[in-house]
Amino acid sequence: MKGILGKKLGMTQVFAEDGTAIPVTVIHAGPCNVLQKKEDANDGYEAVQLGFLDKKEHRANRPEKGHAKKAGVAPKRFVREIRGMNPAEYELGQEVKADLFAEGELVDITATSKGKGFAGAIKRHNQARGPMSHGSRYHRRPGSLGAIDPMRVFKGQTLPGRMGSDKVTVQNLKIVKVDPEKNLILVKGSIPGPKNSFVVIKSAVKSR
Amino acid sequence: MHPVVREITQEQLRNDIPEFRAGDTVRVHVKVVEGQRERIQVFEGVVIQRRGGGISETFTVRKMSYGVGVERTFPLHSPRIDKIEVVRRGKVRRAKLYYLRKLRGKAARIKEIHR
Repeated sequence: MKGILGKKLGMTQVFAEDGTAIPVTVIHAGPCNVLQKKEDANDGYEAVQLGFLDKKEHRANRPEKGHAKKAGVAPKRFVREIRGMNPAEYELGQEVKADLFAEGELVDITATSKGKGFAGAIKRHNQARGPMSHGSRYHRRPGSLGAIDPMRVFKGQTLPGRMGSDKVTVQNLKIVKVDPEKNLILVKGSIPGPKNSFVVIKSAVKSR
Repeated sequence: MHPVVREITQEQLRNDIPEFRAGDTVRVHVKVVEGQRERIQVFEGVVIQRRGGGISETFTVRKMSYGVGVERTFPLHSPRIDKIEVVRRGKVRRAKLYYLRKLRGKAARIKEIHR
């Protein structure tokens, strides 16, 4: 398992050698610094904590400054632990760059999806709508809430509510290109979230 | 578009594409792979549309082949295109010539102009 933090820059397309156009998402990945190593003896599990992009000095609070100082780097804007990354292979403050991954590798990408606000049952739960005309008065309502005998609504009933802004992982995305000089990773397909949002890239857990 | 994303697409844009628009007759030289060999196939016809911009721009060429209309859409910047020749410049009054699909023979002609 290995991982890196990044920022989604946007989408475009790239032509493969055989001429097929591949849709790609451009991610500004790394350089990250190792902020902390979580070890079995101390913490009960193994992980590496990475930090991405420097924070302005006056925006960091004292605990953050102290934490970064231990690794000998500036306080970071985006900090995440990568579980399963072997802490023995990394040193505190070490730089992790985009060349950690190679072309053709499969990765899982985790990010916060775009917020949709208060959404109805049709958009939020893929329910079907009723007829819009011919005297129908049942347009986009959530439908029946179940039997009356239990005298309550069961948990998990699909109803309107806040949609989006969830943590979403997309699995098995293929890396199309890595540019270590510009710190770029291009993956095939789309990833969650708006442009300029932070993402976590990890090697795929289900890769064959 | 983010400047870095633009830079990535900029590298792939071709600058050997001649200027042409809907109504023009073009000859598209396409690289075709047959087994091990690669050869060049020519597709000649009228451009009925150009859509999109930047790296994703495409154009559609229509021709009559043994009495059957055939349309092919190519990505403008595709590396599979060897070259594009403009054979004839046509005078048309719209950007998308979908009406040609309903016409055949004399009615489907496009007047030539010298631009």
